[in-house]
Formats: sequence, structure tokens, C-alpha cells
Amino acid sequence: MKSLESILANHPFFKGLEPEYLALITGCASNVKFEAGQFIYRQDEEANSFYIIREGKVALEVCPPGKKPITVQTVSDGEILGWAWLIPPYHWQFDAQAVELTRAIVLDGRCLRTKCGEDHTLGYELLSRLLPVVGQTMEATRLQLLDIYGNND
Amino acid sequence: MAGKMEPLMQSPMTPWPYRIQKVIRESHDTFSLNVVPKNSPDSMTFNPGQFNMLYAFGVGEVPISISGPQPGGKGMIHTIRDVGIVTGALHKLKKDQTIGLRGPFGSAWPIEESKGYDIVIMAGGIGLAPLRPALYALLDQRDKFGEIVLLYGVRKPEDLLFTKEFETWRGKYGVQVKMTVDTADREWRGNVGVVNTLVQRANFDPMNTVAMICGPEVMMRFAVSELKRREVPEDQIFITMERNMKCAVGFCGHCQFGPAFICKDGPIFRYDKVKQFFGIREI
Ligand SMILES: Cc1cc2nc3c(=O)[nH]c(=O)nc-3n(C[C@H](O)[C@H](O)[C@H](O)COP(=O)(O)OP(=O)(O)OC[C@H]3O[C@@H](n4cnc5c(N)ncnc54)[C@H](O)[C@@H]3O)c2cc1C
Ligand code: FES
Repeated sequence: MKSLESILANHPFFKGLEPEYLALITGCASNVKFEAGQFIYRQDEEANSFYIIREGKVALEVCPPGKKPITVQTVSDGEILGWAWLIPPYHWQFDAQAVELTRAIVLDGRCLRTKCGEDHTLGYELLSRLLPVVGQTMEATRLQLLDIYGNND
Repeated sequence: MAGKMEPLMQSPMTPWPYRIQKVIRESHDTFSLNVVPKNSPDSMTFNPGQFNMLYAFGVGEVPISISGPQPGGKGMIHTIRDVGIVTGALHKLKKDQTIGLRGPFGSAWPIEESKGYDIVIMAGGIGLAPLRPALYALLDQRDKFGEIVLLYGVRKPEDLLFTKEFETWRGKYGVQVKMTVDTADREWRGNVGVVNTLVQRANFDPMNTVAMICGPEVMMRFAVSELKRREVPEDQIFITMERNMKCAVGFCGHCQFGPAFICKDGPIFRYDKVKQFFGIREI
């Protein structure tokens, strides 16, 4: 059995993070497992978790009133799920549902926020890892909006 | 009759009559025509990535890439998306009807040059069609290449092409086939997001990788930057360019792209050779 700390150390998101910070973050971490079809969180719920996906696939969905839910993004192995825990008012904007059996490490968002407040270098380290993910997601979303494969209709 | 047709072949501007042997419905707006020459028993030879000019009699002519057959297969396959007047007219044709065909024209995917490398094939929408003969050629000599990765993005699950072949590519040849759609409902168990997001999820050795990309220009621009983010060298990235065409043999200048003619110098270009023109609005 690998320790939580070594799993985090080997996850692409935490690559190169100082061991002392890994130890701090591990203090906020626990293992979780979601069956296919299980909701991980729901839109508008309080966002106090940050998920590091080890294996599996999670769909982020919106559900327009009276219509079927639409998946807008999927997140899988080696990626992260959710940053609403970092940004007030700390509420999820989408539903997150496991598409297949998904194993992840969940970090307690409140615990992380407190630790980042106490140690700004840790805060910087986390933000400088999170921002590229947010940026890439925004870029991808813009491309989705462009409907690049469409027939100009 | 066959003898009479021969002199016509000498002019690259004269369409050669081809009989539609089979029409394959690939998706709601995309179909394949499997065609054979009417007056000659031999199929034309082509290199993966080349295109033909297909003539719908009385309507017009359009450039369409060759999407098959598999090595040793019969006839030529063109996979066409119905987007307008000529492609719409081709869509209405039935088995045993005749089309005009010129070519093959243009440059090819660098199959021989890529031996010993990992291969990343990135396709967007109908862009998988011109890449399919490249895949066939790679799989025909599977042991000459390292990892083969296919990253494929479309708008919706129902737009995916050639899905029946994916299992063979995966199971028999060990191709990493990863596909994604822009949006989907819950029935879809696969990835959602643009095709570039798959680059980070694929397993290949960037410095030792040749990438072949075909899709809308915007998609290719972001695909290139994602590959560069993973440090694939620019001179190992190949893209395809599309412009309106008339002659397809470098006479008319319709397809000019910077100093190049896409019909003659392209449609496949090595990225570092065209990057200064790529993405410039006015070109
Ligand atoms: C080298 C080369 C290879 C090609 N290979 C293929 C292929 O394998 N399969 C294939 O389906 N197409 C391919 N194309 C694109 C194809 O040639 C065009 O879709 C076709 O010329 C459109 O002609 P049309 O008369 O049907 O449409 P038009 O009547 O000329 O156009 C009608 C509408 O469709 C839009 N339109 C035109 N072209 C496209 C396009 N490519 N994508 C989206 N909207 C478009 C126009 O903006 C217009 O609004 C290739 C193009 C080139 C240059
Ligand atoms: S189409 Fe005439 S020069 Fe290319």
C-alpha cells in the first residue's frame, strides 16, 4: 500500500513540491472512491473539497431546466477536479458525476485555505499549479464555444 | 473504349470517369464513396494524405482527400461531409452512378521518414478521413514504429467516424485511441472537451515523436501549441492546410498560401516551414 504522501508526490499536479509542503498537504488528505453514476458534488452545494484524480473519469454537467443534463467537460487520471474551494463564495458551479469507478484523493478545502493563509509560500505553490489548469480549461472552453467542427450553421 | 480514354489521362485537367461501387453512410452528414475506374481494371495508386478532385457532373468539382482503401483493398474511398453545393450533389449519388475524378494530387504524410518514431495522429471532425490511409500504412508495418496514438475530437458522439475500426486499431495493433466530443449527454461514457486536452493524457516520448494533424485551422493551431508544451520539436509536426481550389496542379493560383500553392506544395506541410504564415488572418 502506498502512503498518501507518496501518491501525492507522484501525482503530476504536485510534481516538484517541497517535501515539507507535501507533508502539510497530506495532513488535509484522505482516499475516496466513487462508483460509476455516483455524484461527487452537486451544483450550488458548498465547495470544500479539492479532488486529485488517481484513476477513473468524472463528468462535469449542467442541467438546463426541463432538459437532459449536458456534459461540458470530463476529468480523468492524473488531473484535478474543482477549484471552487479556493474562490469565494465557495460553491460548486456544476454537478460532478463519476462516469466510471473513480479513485481519488480528496483534500479538505477549508484545511488547505487555512494552511495557505498561514504560509503564503505554500499558497503561491498551490496557486501556481492551479492557475495553468484554470487557464487551459478556459482556453478549451473558448474552443468549445467556437464550435470549430461545425458547419457554420 | 478503354483505349479511347487513355489520351485523356494525360491531361491533369481532364476528369476520368469512376463508377460508384458502394455508398457508405458514415454519420448523419458524412458519407463515403467507394469508386472504381470505369474504363480501366487497375485502381489508381496514391500516397496517404493525397487528394482527388471529384466532379459531380453538371454541378462542380471539389478537392476531397483519399480515405482508403486498406492496403490491398479495391477501388478508392473518399469520405465526404455534405456542407454545400457540390458535396451535397455527391451525397445524392447512388451505387453504379458515375463521377469524374482527377488526381491524386498533393503531398503525403511522412510515413517512411517516421520509422523508429512514436506517432501522434490528431484529427478534428472530417480530418480523420485524410489521416486514415496514414494509419493503414503505419499499421501495415506496425513493428517499424513506437507508440501510435490517435487523438480524435468531434462536436457530438454521433459525428464520430470509422468507430468500428477503433477496436481493431486498439486490440490488434496496440494503438492508443482517445476520442473526445465537445458536448454530450449522459449516454456518452467517453471524454468531453476539445481534442487538445487529450495530448496531456497520451503516452509518447515527445522528443522522439512525429505528429500528424488534420482538422479545422483553429483546432490545429491549439493542437500545435499543446504538442509544443509537451516539447515535440516543431520540425516533427505536420499539418494540413485547406483553401479553395480550381486547377489542383499549380496553374491558377487559387490555393495560394504565402509563397506556396496548397494543391502542389501541400496540403501537408511541415509546421516549421509554414509557421510564419499559419494563423495570419490575411493569408
Ligand atoms: C486538400 C483538400 C482536401 C479536402 N478533403 C476533404 C475530405 O476528405 N472530405 C471533405 O468532406 N472535405 C474535404 N475538403 C473540403 C471540401 O473540399 C469542401 O468542403 C468543399 O469544397 C465544399 O464545397 P461545396 O460546393 O459542397 O460547398 P460550398 O457550396 O462551396 O459551400 C457551402 C457552405 O459550406 C461552407 N464550407 C465550405 N467548405 C467547408 C468546409 N471545408 N468545412 C465547413 N464548411 C465549409 C462554406 O463556408 C459555405 O457556407 C478538402 C479540401 C481541401 C482543400
Ligand atoms: S488550385 Fe490552382 S494553383 Fe492550386
